[in-house]
Amino acid sequence: MNKAGERLINGLVKENPTFVLMLGMCPTLAVTTSAMNGLGMGLATTAVLVMSNLFISLLRKVIPNRVRIPAFIVIIATFVTVVQLLLQAYLPALNKSLGVYIPLIVVNCIILGRAESFAFSNPPIPSFFDGLGMGLGFSFALTCIGAVRELLGAGKIFDMAIMPESFEPVRIFGQAPGAFFVLAALTALQNAIKLSRQKKGKSFEKIGSGCSEDCMNCDKKGCSKRFYDASALQKKEAAPVKKEETPVKKEEAPVKKEEAPAPVAAEAPAKKAPETIVKKVQKDEDEVSFDKLDDLDVVDLDEEE
Amino acid sequence: MSELLHISSNPHIRSTSSTNSIMMTVVLALMPAAGFGIYNFGPRAGLVILVCIASAVLTEFLFGLCRKRFTIDDLSAVVTGLLLALNLPATIPLWMAALGSVFAILVVKMLFGGLGQNFMNPALAARCFLLISFPTAMTNFVCDGYTGATPLAALKAGEQVNILDMVIGNISGTIGETSMIAILIGACILLLTGVIDLRIPASYILSFAVFVTIFGGHGIDIAYLSAQLAGGGLMLGAFFMATDYVTRPITKKGQYVFGIFLGIMTGIFRLFGPGAEGVSYAIIIGNLLVPLIEKVTMPTAFGYEKGGRHER
Repeated sequence: MNKAGERLINGLVKENPTFVLMLGMCPTLAVTTSAMNGLGMGLATTAVLVMSNLFISLLRKVIPNRVRIPAFIVIIATFVTVVQLLLQAYLPALNKSLGVYIPLIVVNCIILGRAESFAFSNPPIPSFFDGLGMGLGFSFALTCIGAVRELLGAGKIFDMAIMPESFEPVRIFGQAPGAFFVLAALTALQNAIKLSRQKKGKSFEKIGSGCSEDCMNCDKKGCSKRFYDASALQKKEAAPVKKEETPVKKEEAPVKKEEAPAPVAAEAPAKKAPETIVKKVQKDEDEVSFDKLDDLDVVDLDEEE
Repeated sequence: MSELLHISSNPHIRSTSSTNSIMMTVVLALMPAAGFGIYNFGPRAGLVILVCIASAVLTEFLFGLCRKRFTIDDLSAVVTGLLLALNLPATIPLWMAALGSVFAILVVKMLFGGLGQNFMNPALAARCFLLISFPTAMTNFVCDGYTGATPLAALKAGEQVNILDMVIGNISGTIGETSMIAILIGACILLLTGVIDLRIPASYILSFAVFVTIFGGHGIDIAYLSAQLAGGGLMLGAFFMATDYVTRPITKKGQYVFGIFLGIMTGIFRLFGPGAEGVSYAIIIGNLLVPLIEKVTMPTAFGYEKGGRHER
């Protein structure tokens, strides 16, 4: 249960797909001309995301690693078709106003991203809630953007007149440039809120969700961490153990209040560890490629001489 | 700190010009155009100019208050407000003019880091913002009590225009763009004081003239060509907007490229676009290309191979 709640909060706040991960920008900018459109698009995406995450997670041991992307696409496309047919049947007006963006959910990078980075390496129930959290976060963001744009561009929210009659709509907010302004302003706003909350001691650090971070049992042979960084393996061995401990400690925390500071201190390095490793990997990759280039140059020169 | 910045022993020439003095010169150079605008469109035009300048300066002041860094004394906000006002019709509601100034200073200039960091001309960006947001209010041109098409729109519709009126400025249009003579007086002030040089304006206007001659469908028709040159915001744009220090290329070759690009873009907008005018769009699109132009035209330093590759 704790895990499920954690995934929901992660999708809604800490790793909000629109405001933090900056994924799925195409529908975000294109369909948020009104709050209703934003909400409809968000919920349609949520439905697809939840179902595709669940099924990809269920099938993760059946799908061969090499053909996982086509397999994901097939699963996602199936649910998109289902959603589109349902929309055509029951909400034809919304279907019409969202237009081509409903079929385009197939290639929405949030869905493929969650499938690749979470569902494919996690059990079904966390994947389900991860999809739900991400989807709701996406819906929330799109509704906010849509509401602001509709308010400024037409003086309404959800088709209800908010502004007085004398209000002259600022039409740019109904058009593409306005979407960029509103997206940027809202992203800045949520960053400002998070920063001020962080100063008061609330943690908004992302919950590690890249891969399962268990390289020893990982079957992705082409994975860059595995390929380049041997030291990552050693650190990784320690990391998952700590990870598993953290939820237990959280549950224990209210009981043993005297020990409360200690688990927090233990949590911090465990959370930070994956980031440092990723940075290190990138650095190593760069170094490797440069080294190779240098070698090539030297060889060429020698041959010319 | 300053000791670290002394990098050579030679005697250095120190220019007395500062941001403040240059901005002051630009304000003075804009005075003829602004004055003619008030004469042509009445006191209402003066009110629009005042509102624009006041709200631009106020926005900059309030932003400075938040950031604890005050920059109003460099007068750049005054120039932005004045340029924006000269690009608005005199009939525009005052709150729209104020909104445009706030957009220019807050969104285009200060959010990107203040003067010197803005990637496009704030006044023109604000004009385009208003033009997209309030298309009817922004094209409501009234002159001598008549609501009428601008000479450029009439020209596009195939009607005859009075070129003498266009040169003097007794026509409808935005506050500052109508009088070619007033703008050229200002341009002379800028040229003589060395604030701008002719590279960008000359290449802009010449390439535009060539483009119109080739694609305008009138052949070498002096009347048509001079109407195109005198009409709309071309002169104001070429001398006051395109030459903005922040948003023009710094390389000499790049400035020619920039000017020619603007000429072609303006021609395309005017001849093939849906509207009659395209100077402001042309210039802000040009602004976006400036980093690219600079990268391509950066001169090679002495001792380097062409292409500017650093030695290993």
